[in-house]
Amino acid sequence: MRQRIIISGRGGQGVLTLTRVLAEAAMAAGHEVITTETHGMAQRGGAVLSTIKVGPFHGPLIAPGEAEVGLFLHADNLPVHGHYLRPAAAAIVNAVNLAGHDFVDADRLAALAGESRAANLALLGYAAGKGVLFAGADLFEQTIRKTTPAKYLERNLAAFRAGIEAAR
Amino acid sequence: MTHRVLMGNEAIGRGIVECGCSVATSYPGTPASEILESVVTFCKETGSRMHIEWSVNEKVAYEVALAASYTGKRAAVAMKQVGLNVASDPFMRSAYLGVKGGFLLVSADDPGPHSSQTEQDSRFFAMFAKIPVLDPSSPREAKEMVRLAFELSEEYEIPVMLRPTTRVCHARQAVPLLEPERVARTARFEKDPKRWCATPRFVTELHRGLTAKLVRISADPRLVPAFFPGDDTVPRTAIVASGVAFAHTLDVLDEMELSGRVDCYQVKVPYPLPTEFIERIDSGYDRIVVIEETYPVIEMQLADRRIVGRGSKLVPNEGELTPEVIRGVLARFLGLAPAPAAGGSPEPGARPTLCAGCGHRAAYYAISQTFPRGIFPGDIGCYTLGINLGAVDTVHCMGAGISQAAGFYHAYAQDGADFPTVVATIGDSTFFHSGIPALVNAVSQNARIIVVILDNATTAMTGHQPTPQLGTTASGEPGRPVFIRDLVRASGVSFLREVDAYDVQAMTGILREADRYCRGGDGGVAVIIASSPCVLAAESGAPQTVQAVRISEECTGCRECLDMFECPAIVWDEGASRAGISQGACNRCGVCVSACPTQAIVMGQGESA
Repeated sequence: MRQRIIISGRGGQGVLTLTRVLAEAAMAAGHEVITTETHGMAQRGGAVLSTIKVGPFHGPLIAPGEAEVGLFLHADNLPVHGHYLRPAAAAIVNAVNLAGHDFVDADRLAALAGESRAANLALLGYAAGKGVLFAGADLFEQTIRKTTPAKYLERNLAAFRAGIEAAR
Repeated sequence: MTHRVLMGNEAIGRGIVECGCSVATSYPGTPASEILESVVTFCKETGSRMHIEWSVNEKVAYEVALAASYTGKRAAVAMKQVGLNVASDPFMRSAYLGVKGGFLLVSADDPGPHSSQTEQDSRFFAMFAKIPVLDPSSPREAKEMVRLAFELSEEYEIPVMLRPTTRVCHARQAVPLLEPERVARTARFEKDPKRWCATPRFVTELHRGLTAKLVRISADPRLVPAFFPGDDTVPRTAIVASGVAFAHTLDVLDEMELSGRVDCYQVKVPYPLPTEFIERIDSGYDRIVVIEETYPVIEMQLADRRIVGRGSKLVPNEGELTPEVIRGVLARFLGLAPAPAAGGSPEPGARPTLCAGCGHRAAYYAISQTFPRGIFPGDIGCYTLGINLGAVDTVHCMGAGISQAAGFYHAYAQDGADFPTVVATIGDSTFFHSGIPALVNAVSQNARIIVVILDNATTAMTGHQPTPQLGTTASGEPGRPVFIRDLVRASGVSFLREVDAYDVQAMTGILREADRYCRGGDGGVAVIIASSPCVLAAESGAPQTVQAVRISEECTGCRECLDMFECPAIVWDEGASRAGISQGACNRCGVCVSACPTQAIVMGQGESA
């Protein structure tokens, strides 16, 4: 298994949490994994990028044109980080409507699930439901159970499952 | 053996706990902040006992840990690279005097830079101080090197630096966990004035001892570079790399289908470079490229005309060595066609901004509105984002804002009494870090400036570490609070006012009063403490006032609130051609009511835009 994933969003949208869920899931599936993420000033609402490399890689960065999967929590980041994707990449965008892209209104799904901050997991659910990730939805659900504090778990899982549902 | 996905900084923190360290100190700064936090976490998890502190600044952190090492115990200090500038005084001398218990210095570099004022190379600093430095390429290796660093430090009685970079600090990877070593040592400081108090007449001898240690270290067989042999496809040619640039080099070679074709070396100790390795490169190769971040430390020690790298400009002298940069370097070095450029030039992303409801925004708005022609020296923290609001004119290094304000005043005041109002802003943690000497200096030198201390009751930008005022230690134990107002008064300041940062009207009045004081017969430094707990810190204390706002029909669409106030909760309503409030993002601080020139932002719940 070799898969290079970028997660692009704005500081505060849960890019770091999503990075961690993907890394934990890859390890649980028995894959080598290395990631990197954005800390510091950019976390205050600026454009942030995480990379996840699943497979026998050494360094965490992905070169432009290399990523097989892109998860965009903010549609405005497409022209910012879209160049990391390879031509045949699966790009999934959190948007109300976005012609020419595979999009899902993850913000709305999360709000309906009662946890507006879980749009990141709704987007993950959608990507898992579409089958574009290195593992299936079950593994991600187990990882979310393992990594989420009890008081958020139910609503976070609801957002994740709403994403899966939307992909059907 | 159990494995856990750890961030590089967590792996380093875990390593410090596993090595039986007794005292760990730090001052927060990206990309190093999570190291000490993980030391706290892993001590709790493994039931290890350690004194762990967020020191007031890096110099203090260094000295506290250093003395602990004098007693024979293991000690560690962690900081970001520019923190080492602050700690450089104790750092340089500690190389000469040496240590007793293993002493680990972690200095985290930030090639790029992503969140720093320089992209300086701490390995150069290690070379300057004449101490060994280890350069990890991954979180896993960083943890292994923590152990090696403690062992080397004890064996040679020398401080050892671990130099991770952002892409190691903030990388995540499965890392093996070991049980912490139970190093049972009691503190025992052996007095030795010739060493611990070394006056100049003893220093040359200590220096001679240091040089001798380095000669022995450069012959230590544990420290030779890792060798990845090629198949002679490209004869007498070598790639020498270190740090995360080495990891990326392996990936790039794989991508170029060149794995196992060219001799490749990973340097783990960039200084002192092992003597045997220098000889091996010298005799075995005709062409050598060196790939390292961010300065040519290995390259300089190889000092050979055949070397290509930063000296020959094949490797760019500035910026991060990303895989695409390394690919270009290797393609040119090996005479191959460059990789096709990937599609188009990316746009810059959204710039960061202060959070909705941040008290800094309110304070900055009052400052820039009250003194449209003022000069505003700023400082390092979230509030650096006051640049966006036109209320920060300089950002230099920790604590520089107050000193620069005094410098501006003295330069202008020479030209006449009509000097501009100079308002320095500094956060609470930065004030403790290095604002105090600057304030004492400004007062005693008769500067007439306004200093606004933005007190949000935490070190916000680096992840909410406690400040001395909170009276909480790094481990969450009670400490003794030290109050900013007491320090300000003790600095000789006679004009001190405290204000709720959200109260723009009160703040404006106090700013005017402060300006009159500065310009009055007996004027000097006026200090205003503008308080408002960080909206992101769960435990920041006082509940915030809650007042919902909406935008009335009076809105003319002038965009003042969007462009000058820049609150993320104020959005442009395209359909109505006017501003709107995003109720989901709004913190209900009510400050924006003051920011509308036509009074169209009013109290009351409205529909979400």
